Amino acid sequence: MRLETRKLLDKAFSGLGLISIAVMAIALLLILTPIVWRGSKAFVFKGTIEHRRVMLEQFHRGNAEKFNKDYAEVVAARAPIYDMLTDFEAGTEQRVSSIETEMDAKKERAKELKAEARVLKREGQTEEAEKLEAEEDRLKDEAKALKTQISELKESRTEPLESVIDALQELFGPMPGQRTPVLLRQQYGQTRWDRTLVKLHEVLYTEEWDYSNADAMGILIEKPRIDQFIGTEMESFFPYLEENISEMMQPRRTFYWQFITDKSKDSHIFGGIWPEVLGTIYLTIGAMIFAIPMGVIAAIYLCEYAKEGRIISFIRICISTLAGVPSIVFGLFGLAFFLNTIQVSDSKSVLAGSLTLSLLILPTIIRSSEEAILAVPRAYKEASLGLGASRWHTVLTVILPAALPGILTGIVISMGRAAGETAPIIFTAAVSVGAPLKLWQTLSQPTPALPWNIYNLCTEHEAVDEIRHVQYGMVFTLVAIVLLLNLGAILMRARISKKLRG
Amino acid sequence: MTEEITMKKIDTFAERSDDKKPRKTHIEAKDFSLFYGDFEAVRKVSMKIPKQKVTAMIGPSGCGKSTLLRSINRMNDLIPSTSATGEMIFDGHNIYAKNIDVVTLRARVGMVFQKPNVFPKSIFDNVAYGPRLQGIKNKQKLAEIVEESLRNAAIWDEVKDRLQANALGMSGGQQQRLCIARALAIKPEILLMDEPTSALDPKATAKIEDLIGELRKQYTIIIVTHNMQQAARVSDLTAFMYEGVLVEFGKTKQLFTNPENPQTENYITGRFG
Ligand SMILES: Nc1ncnc2c1ncn2[C@@H]1O[C@H](COP(=O)(O)OP(=O)(O)O)[C@@H](O)[C@H]1O
Ligand SMILES: [Mg+2]
Repeated sequence: MRLETRKLLDKAFSGLGLISIAVMAIALLLILTPIVWRGSKAFVFKGTIEHRRVMLEQFHRGNAEKFNKDYAEVVAARAPIYDMLTDFEAGTEQRVSSIETEMDAKKERAKELKAEARVLKREGQTEEAEKLEAEEDRLKDEAKALKTQISELKESRTEPLESVIDALQELFGPMPGQRTPVLLRQQYGQTRWDRTLVKLHEVLYTEEWDYSNADAMGILIEKPRIDQFIGTEMESFFPYLEENISEMMQPRRTFYWQFITDKSKDSHIFGGIWPEVLGTIYLTIGAMIFAIPMGVIAAIYLCEYAKEGRIISFIRICISTLAGVPSIVFGLFGLAFFLNTIQVSDSKSVLAGSLTLSLLILPTIIRSSEEAILAVPRAYKEASLGLGASRWHTVLTVILPAALPGILTGIVISMGRAAGETAPIIFTAAVSVGAPLKLWQTLSQPTPALPWNIYNLCTEHEAVDEIRHVQYGMVFTLVAIVLLLNLGAILMRARISKKLRG
Repeated sequence: MTEEITMKKIDTFAERSDDKKPRKTHIEAKDFSLFYGDFEAVRKVSMKIPKQKVTAMIGPSGCGKSTLLRSINRMNDLIPSTSATGEMIFDGHNIYAKNIDVVTLRARVGMVFQKPNVFPKSIFDNVAYGPRLQGIKNKQKLAEIVEESLRNAAIWDEVKDRLQANALGMSGGQQQRLCIARALAIKPEILLMDEPTSALDPKATAKIEDLIGELRKQYTIIIVTHNMQQAARVSDLTAFMYEGVLVEFGKTKQLFTNPENPQTENYITGRFG
């Protein structure tokens, strides 16, 4: 090959290499940035007075005195709103009752006329009677018209009002004097400022869908609700609400780091993700407890004891194949074997999940340990054996310590894998809602876990739009756990290698 | 090796030697062959290695010196598909017999390798490795053995202040002497050395050679060397091997000045190898 061609090829290769590294870095950034950005909002956000109320009442956290003072201000700020509602209701009542009196009077008069007409008929004054009957019919019709007027009035005032009240309850929680709702989520207003603004918008505007063009998608039309209330007691309701929302909610910058260590309340509407975090920790540690001894011992056997032959090569092929099996298959196997066949527990349990995960990561641990053991200089082994050490003693005192950095790297990488795997735990360990487990409960009970609940939240949660921040918070936490584990591995490895190198 | 070990055989060669005292054979190979698979790397070697002498093995690269040396403590067992025929007798026992405990054998035969292979542990732990294996736990006792071994390996003065430092931080020559100390700490009867100075500079080499001169008083030493001057300087007896065969074995002075075999002569005069 000519020199120029070679140079050109070299340049092309290094260029390609650089480009692929850059693409990888950019992809990583593109994935990580939104996760970190959105995930951080589960921890740092503008929390409203309702957040502080949840913290105080549900988690017994915060300064009650100060809260009460703030809350009094909030109640005062909200009072005019509720007053306007009451006024409006009263106005409706008044109008209805005045029409009703009119209607009743007409009905009464009609009855009188009927009686008079009957008397006249009996006396034979038919002509007079018919006149009266005609008058009676007219009054009846008028009464009927008034009745429709009442129902029209009710329709035009009560229905929009109810829809405003519904939206308002979502914004601020239950109305004053209302019985405490059963669901926790209905006992409080919006805890986050961003959600507050969304809900405020829903109070201010109605949404309608225009499907008139059958060929296209429906078009969303937003109409200001105020249009429905012009000329009523509620006319100033909407501008007042919009202007004073800050006073009514008192948003403040909040650091909610307890998001990780708080239990969740009312399926993640309030509180944190501790059951998931703890479940993930249990599952990961459990998987390690089973996989590390098995994997390392298997690797030692394969490297140091087994005589190369067909059976050993077959076993190696099996291990490699196992590493490539899709994780859902492990999940089904775990269900079939650990739960149905040998029945390690009656229901799904952390134990069954850990066992399944340990099978999943076993090939990785075996292979990385094998590589690490094989990378130990043969000279160490010879030196130890030459001094009269047994093989077992040599493995324990010389080979394993020297192979430790490599083995640890493999272990931590598979820890990250075990922490993040979803499929193996679906059938064996994970539930969508649950309390944090005590240690002994892991033997028999299922647990929520981060990867499964991230999936579950976005597919099955009834109010997923309300709690996007929780979902991203979980993703952020999971990514952080995995990254921290890997960082730990790198540091540990560096330290041990340094110690070995002297 | 549960049987009582006795030493009856008087080496005829040693009796003939200039030494007035009769010498005993420490190791004897009888028609000993070692195979790597089908390849016979050591061919029917018979030799008697006397006690408390330095025996050098020379010969061109690949002639089987290391293989023969490693046969003495059965280090070749580590390599799959090796096999041996003939006998290798150590203190009257064939070490290739079935009932031999290799671990005990190796505890009685120290070995120093071509490249210094200290453990990535502290200097102290390196030397104490063997004694600890033998069940010595007493710290005082261990410290005594470590000091004695380091002194015998002529490295005590250089390392006495940093016994807890990692052994990998030492120079190559120091590491090799540490390996010797480590081998001495198991109180072996025989010291096998496979080209112990080939990875070292001349200064370090000289130190090791001096050390061998000291150690010969207590140990039977077998040293493989590439370097004929070294063999001439340090050994009492020299064996010349060629293509797996023991060509000539005799007193060093005689072998270098008046070899019996023409092949030996060719080799030591530098005509091949
Ligand atoms: N592990 C092994 N497997 C197969 N053949 C080997 C092995 N080690 C050494 N040999 C062969 O045995 C012969 C003797 O090797 P060796 O004893 O190392 O020679 P020397 O130490 O004299 O240079 C050489 O031909 C070498 O190729
Ligand atoms: Mg050699």
